[in-house]
Amino acid sequence: MGWRQRQPNISMTQSTALRLTGLSKRFGSVVATDDVSLTLEKGEVLALLGENGAGKTTLMNMLFGHYLPDAGTVEVADESGTLQSLPLGHPQAALAAGVGMVHQHFALAENINTLDNITLGSEPLRSFRRNRNSAKAKIDGIIERSGLNAPLNVPVGRLSVGERQRVEILKALYRDARILVLDEPTAVLTPQEADTLFDNIKTMTEDGLSVIFISHKLREVLAFSDRIAVLRHGKKVGEMATADADEKVIARMMVGADTPKVARTEMAPGTPLLKLSDVSVKGRAKRDTLKGVDLTVNAHEILGIAGISGNGQSELANVISGLAQPSAGTITVDDQDVSKPSPGAMVKAGIGRIPEDRHHEGIVGAMSVAENMVIERLDDPAIQSRGLLKRDAIQANAEKLAKAYDVRGPGVTAASRLLSGGNIQKLILARVFERSPRLILANQPTRGLDMGAAAEVGRRLLEARERGAGVVLISEDLDEILGLADRIVVIRDGNLVEAVSHDREQIGLMMAGEPA
Amino acid sequence: MIRIEPRENASRAFAFGIPVLSAVISLAFAAIPLLAAGANPITAYGEMIKGVFGSVFAVSEMLTRATPLIFTGLAAALAFRAKLWNIGAEGQLYLGAMAAVAIGSGLFDISGILLLPLIIVLGAAAGAAGMMAPTYLKVRFGADEVVTTLLLNFIILIFLQMMLEGPLQDPMGLGWPQSAPVLDQGMLPPLMDRMRLHSGLILALVLAAIAQFMLARSVWGFKLRAVGENAAAARHAGINVRRSLFGVAAISGALAGLAGVSEVAGLKGYLTADLSPGFGYTGIVVAMLAGLSPVGVVIAALFIASVFVGADSMSRAMGVSSFLADLVVSMSLLCVLVGGFLTKYRILRTKGATA
Repeated sequence: MGWRQRQPNISMTQSTALRLTGLSKRFGSVVATDDVSLTLEKGEVLALLGENGAGKTTLMNMLFGHYLPDAGTVEVADESGTLQSLPLGHPQAALAAGVGMVHQHFALAENINTLDNITLGSEPLRSFRRNRNSAKAKIDGIIERSGLNAPLNVPVGRLSVGERQRVEILKALYRDARILVLDEPTAVLTPQEADTLFDNIKTMTEDGLSVIFISHKLREVLAFSDRIAVLRHGKKVGEMATADADEKVIARMMVGADTPKVARTEMAPGTPLLKLSDVSVKGRAKRDTLKGVDLTVNAHEILGIAGISGNGQSELANVISGLAQPSAGTITVDDQDVSKPSPGAMVKAGIGRIPEDRHHEGIVGAMSVAENMVIERLDDPAIQSRGLLKRDAIQANAEKLAKAYDVRGPGVTAASRLLSGGNIQKLILARVFERSPRLILANQPTRGLDMGAAAEVGRRLLEARERGAGVVLISEDLDEILGLADRIVVIRDGNLVEAVSHDREQIGLMMAGEPA
Repeated sequence: MIRIEPRENASRAFAFGIPVLSAVISLAFAAIPLLAAGANPITAYGEMIKGVFGSVFAVSEMLTRATPLIFTGLAAALAFRAKLWNIGAEGQLYLGAMAAVAIGSGLFDISGILLLPLIIVLGAAAGAAGMMAPTYLKVRFGADEVVTTLLLNFIILIFLQMMLEGPLQDPMGLGWPQSAPVLDQGMLPPLMDRMRLHSGLILALVLAAIAQFMLARSVWGFKLRAVGENAAAARHAGINVRRSLFGVAAISGALAGLAGVSEVAGLKGYLTADLSPGFGYTGIVVAMLAGLSPVGVVIAALFIASVFVGADSMSRAMGVSSFLADLVVSMSLLCVLVGGFLTKYRILRTKGATA
């Protein structure tokens, strides 16, 4: 796999493609970006780095016209290379000036084919028939030049995530984008797919495209960008040529301090805690079905489940957390049969669950932090007696946990949705870990978290493992799994295959479904 | 140019300010048709206030009118808290009323002090039963309860007409489609001499207080709020969402049924097909004005009852149509909906875009 240092495009004649000057944006009392200036040269790949909430997405949304900045200007080079100021707050103007954006969550219509998805929105409203042939010719040309392959006559719903992303990029290029913004483009890709994407980007930049990509994966930033800009707390705190940067320098710049290293000691696995035998789950879509899997999780063990999202992770997590009923197979926790699981039964069986979508499944946003901390133990006599809540006990519990787990926010009586993503995750960690669960299901536990919070999650999982708990760690971040897991199982198309070693290349191939 | 941006946090003042402001704005807007009808709005509102607060009788009439609205308002507010959109309070009201006259008119031989409690319990049960089918269809098949509860209203109304010309018809009623009267032991005792105000009001207020307490302080209320605010998280946390939904459906239906019991056994004494001038639907407005809070329901019901009673009185005094009341009520709902939008989003005026 080619994690090679990228040579900067020195052959390109340097001319500025984009200049952001003094962009500031506040949301109420929160300063999202503060006087940020950036330039992007033609044919350059600029990596925009920063932790969650550093202002990366806000900055790009101002460039694209989704947000109106409180102060600052955006200038985009026109065809001839002269900078023209862009009217702010108008996505249409940004599109017309050649700015294309590919969001982390794709905006594609699944029921119509690729070609129509690409042309959707850029054809005249008043014409009765569309000129599909010329559109197709143009797209074919773009595909040929960029190498972005995607079948044009297939409904987007049938495409893989990698293909969908290529369709999104094609959509931008079809609208003659000269500047392309990619928001966390590799979050959903296998390492190999990510490589292909960056190869394509390289081809496109040689063709004159300028690219900004938002990321927090240091590895790919170092390998594929020409220049790096780092945001922290809404301010630009650093900018450098990638050739002069290393992982440590950037990490310190992002966090403002050295990140703690998670120390992991080798440990012999204990007795089996959770056993899945021949478990099948019917998912909504065919590709999400879990197909007769066997899985054992032992005490003193972190089992990593690696795979591209949508290969059955949700079904596996749902079965273990009690949300989904297996259509076949048996599940035992501590040798007790729980083949008809329910969330309540799994909590009682001593399983702590960290859900994938913490906003949607983890907390009831309108309810207070204190209430969310006891939501899984409403039967507990410490919390209620004869159906009435013990409000003092709930309050005391919340204050204790908020302190122990460093949950910061406007207070434990405030609505939990007012917490930042990292603090919501700490709330969930507090709820899960304070009950000393025998088994922990952690589904994408660090997704979207900043480095400090992510390290905290890793530390807590390792702590639980030392105490004798078993952990099922489902993650799309292979680095995270490689760093934490004792054993790694790859999930692919509803099947589980155990990896023989912590070999990144081999696991990547297994994730892609190629024989290792 | 106008832009709309989400607010990150609405201040608490909105929760109280918007219903009050909505009420004021809707009254202010009602001045326009009053002027068009040739009436002086100030005099008209003066007449309204006199019609509601001018005498003990006026106040008692207003409270009498508010009683069923508190029941139906609570029915809507509790269900809506769980995001169960019960639009069927009108039908459930009639189910409760039918149960009340069926038992209370001596069709079955139940006598003495047991009769009134039985009427109340079975009236509530009948209303609750009316919510079971829509809730089952929602939970099992995902059928939209807005549609099922609404349409069930019409089925129940036709069933009511059938009953009023059949088994429930008053044999002494000269063939009118009306039920036999409720026996005296089955009537809710009046609260004041020579006034129509009856102890249904006390029942309504007690239930509102209980609902307020249970919502905030009980495990039941906790689960209900969790299910309503985020059913996925509630389910993930081990709360039985279906059970919560069935529970609140039964309580909502029962409260609506009690509105029917209260009207039949407290006010009219017998049942006709025009027992309710849309109390079930007005209850939805009451609940929305109240911000789905049980205590708020009491206040909103008093306001809306005042508007209706006051408009009647104004209409008699000045010859302006009392449909004005419907106008004020509808407009207050619209204002609350706009206000609800404003608590979630802020509207910014921006100058024409220049860089």
